[in-house]
Amino acid sequence: MAKQPIAVIGGGLGGLWATLRIVEDGFPVNLFSLFPVKRSHSCCAQGGINAVLDIKGQDDSVWQHIVDTIKGGDYLADQPPIKSLCEGAPGLIRTFDRMGVTFSRTPEGIMDQRLFGGVKNRRTCFAGATTGQQLLYAVDEQVRAHEAKGMVTKYEFWDFLSLVLDDEGDCRGLTAMDLNSMEVRAFPAGAVVLATGGLALTYGRSTMSSNSTGAPASQVYQQGAKFANGEFIQFHPTGIPGHDKNRLMSEACRGEGGRIWVPKKAGDTRDPLEIPEKERFYFLEEWYPAYGNTVPRDVASREVCRVVRHMGLGIGGKDLVYLDLTHLPRDFLETRLGGILEMYRTFVGEDPCERPMAIFPATHYSMGGLWVDFEKDERTGAMASVSPKNHATSIPGLYACGECDFAYHGANRLGANSLLSASFSGRVAGDAAVAYVKNFAKGGQELSESDYESERKRQDGINRTIIASDGNENTFALHHETGDLMRELVFVERSNDGLDRSLDELAKLKERSRNISLDDKGSWANQSLAWARQVQDMIVLAEVIAKCARQRDECRGSHYKAEFELKIPEGKFEGDPEYDEYKAQWKTNNDKWLKHTIVTHSEDGPQIEYKPVDTSILAPEKPRDYR
Amino acid sequence: MAKEIHVRIKRQAGPDAKSYWEEFKMPYESGHNCVSVLMYLREHPVNAKGEKVEPVVWESNCMEEVCGACAMIVNGTPRQACAALIDELQQPIVLEPLTKFPIVRDLQVDRQAMFDALLAVKAWVPIDGTQDIHRHAPLISPKEQDIRYLFSRCMSCGCCLEVCPQYRKDARFIGPAALGQVRLHNSHPTGGFFKEDRLHVLMEPGGIADCGNAQNCVKICPKDIPLTSAIGELGRQTTIQWLRDLFVK
Ligand code: SF4
Ligand code: SF4
Ligand code: FES
Repeated sequence: MAKQPIAVIGGGLGGLWATLRIVEDGFPVNLFSLFPVKRSHSCCAQGGINAVLDIKGQDDSVWQHIVDTIKGGDYLADQPPIKSLCEGAPGLIRTFDRMGVTFSRTPEGIMDQRLFGGVKNRRTCFAGATTGQQLLYAVDEQVRAHEAKGMVTKYEFWDFLSLVLDDEGDCRGLTAMDLNSMEVRAFPAGAVVLATGGLALTYGRSTMSSNSTGAPASQVYQQGAKFANGEFIQFHPTGIPGHDKNRLMSEACRGEGGRIWVPKKAGDTRDPLEIPEKERFYFLEEWYPAYGNTVPRDVASREVCRVVRHMGLGIGGKDLVYLDLTHLPRDFLETRLGGILEMYRTFVGEDPCERPMAIFPATHYSMGGLWVDFEKDERTGAMASVSPKNHATSIPGLYACGECDFAYHGANRLGANSLLSASFSGRVAGDAAVAYVKNFAKGGQELSESDYESERKRQDGINRTIIASDGNENTFALHHETGDLMRELVFVERSNDGLDRSLDELAKLKERSRNISLDDKGSWANQSLAWARQVQDMIVLAEVIAKCARQRDECRGSHYKAEFELKIPEGKFEGDPEYDEYKAQWKTNNDKWLKHTIVTHSEDGPQIEYKPVDTSILAPEKPRDYR
Repeated sequence: MAKEIHVRIKRQAGPDAKSYWEEFKMPYESGHNCVSVLMYLREHPVNAKGEKVEPVVWESNCMEEVCGACAMIVNGTPRQACAALIDELQQPIVLEPLTKFPIVRDLQVDRQAMFDALLAVKAWVPIDGTQDIHRHAPLISPKEQDIRYLFSRCMSCGCCLEVCPQYRKDARFIGPAALGQVRLHNSHPTGGFFKEDRLHVLMEPGGIADCGNAQNCVKICPKDIPLTSAIGELGRQTTIQWLRDLFVK
């Protein structure tokens, strides 16, 4: 009997790695994507990918990479998978290299490595200024080789709609919609790997691609998969707000001497070049004399919000501050930041060497996502190299990898670890899905035709309801409103009042999202219909994020509530009684809050429980101190 | 400065439907590009005559000119709509779908042929599986890598095919984008193991001989990929291959 295919949803780095592993194990793959997989969001990651190769004589070690990842995530990620991730990174990079990735080279022709994201060693491999694109293309090409052999069937321009579950709640396939003919079909699958990326579109505009809605993750959550750590969203301090998205201005601008400021006078409408030096407020330099403009990402984002939202000093009263390079020589900027400046010129139409850029924090990455399991290898303390438990969601037969899962990054993600986790987790999830199909009695057997048909009909019914709906809401406008709400109340700085309000508002938006009227009621390439479904799913996720944030009364990583901030007593250090008291408070807080938020869907909204974090490799001993 | 943004869009309800022009006007704001305008219009789908219409259909994803999705003809020039700033365009801004590919709907076309071409020329490096073999790729000089990098940024947008006089719906020329990828993969130490196979594909009808050397492709490519120098190199490679084939026969 021919082997039943395994389905992979999403064709970014995670999905394509999973695909490769599955076909190498002899199982055919049905690969679903909203667009040709080569256009996936992985191609937007610019910076690079971490792996300890230790080629720069710095005694870099895998252990150090593990420590950096654990601490970067404020201890909120299970550590055995992190250990595997960092140990697996060099091998992964070697494979990418063999695939022909155009990694930048040293004079002797080996892969080069550079510094990135506050890490002390040169550990980041890169390919020009488009590392994500180059990595994605390499796996895209490898998948095409298997496509040529008939092992991979692509369903591009197909939208994942739902899982097909059997009576015991096991995943036995999926339904998807052809985005041209709008036909809904059910596909049997031995297992399903979800690799559908981030959810930043729940914030309206973000640094992400316009298809990164998180809808598939939301959908399987609504079908019973547990979601975890939704409150942890990374905001990039230097986004360039646009009508369509917030483009990312690289951290390198601050690193190379860029200065962040606002006019001292609120509502100053003068051209920035006419504002004299003494009427400018360089708030980061003033508040953090040691670090100045190079404070860590989360600190920078928070202080920008403070200046704008609490002090009312945003440029022209808007959510904007200046990131200024104009004091630096043009030659210097061109050599150090060439590609980045070019991007700004292309999309903003101004020269950042001549005029200060206007920036604001932008939603960038979701550390939280679908809860996934792992099998611990007691001998090594890492994740078992192959196990059906690895990257398994709480629905048997459903796997998740890449940004849509919650593993590895805890409360905050280290720079250049996202391309790594996407690729690595894809590899692990692919292996796990195969192990699942091989080892389990039900694996590889189809349900009866009618079981698939009933789910297909249910989904088709949802489409019909949406098309027939004659309400007064516009689905695109609803998305805007949801985004505005999230950027106001569930953003960089959170308060319990604000979060309560956001939950009320989201409940209303949820109601309204069922009362829409589409301007396109046709049955050919109806993008409005697909979008309307995604908006409903985004609002569900927004509610999860807000609820998780509401419940967590502490500050950790990217999650910040001023009322629960534990401040390091000024001028006090280890041994001072004030510091020791602070440390004791910090410890009490950790005992209380160092745990995963686990969310289960119910008709009454998200139900929250907590689960301990596996800190068996490096337990937190003392607070982070940036002074 | 203009108070409004005025757009003319060539629309078509489906592959077999008749095309027509529709005009739209929206309030001017600085910082718009062609995709953000389309986003505004799908939220406010009212044409210049004040009639409610079906939202325009198009493709986009990254909004950073790196995914290749949003290629269309903007004021007569094929380019990425997300990188076409309204402030730099003459109004009315005219948007049309690419003409060398079948229309799906409005500005969305079907570029599957581009991916088929990558498959036909085996645009990948053969590896013996994704497992770690504890070795890197063979050494590659920084100079060669820099050239390879130029080609490896091809985002399959199709602009080069749009302007190539030899690439037509009724002809089978494989087109410059795939030729660039052959150049890229032939030059890799292990990718070159398929060099012969690739060259043989290019020596068939629809291959490299169909290029009329019009140079249009290289001028339009948004990534400045040196397509014509690739074509030149491949021309030489295929000649050598042809001679070789004579000898081994
Ligand atoms: S040089 Fe060849 S491939 Fe390029 S546009 Fe001209 S005919 Fe087409
Ligand atoms: S070669 Fe250039 S124009 Fe042609 S598809 Fe690639 S990126 Fe687009
Ligand atoms: S949307 Fe990706 S290139 Fe324009």
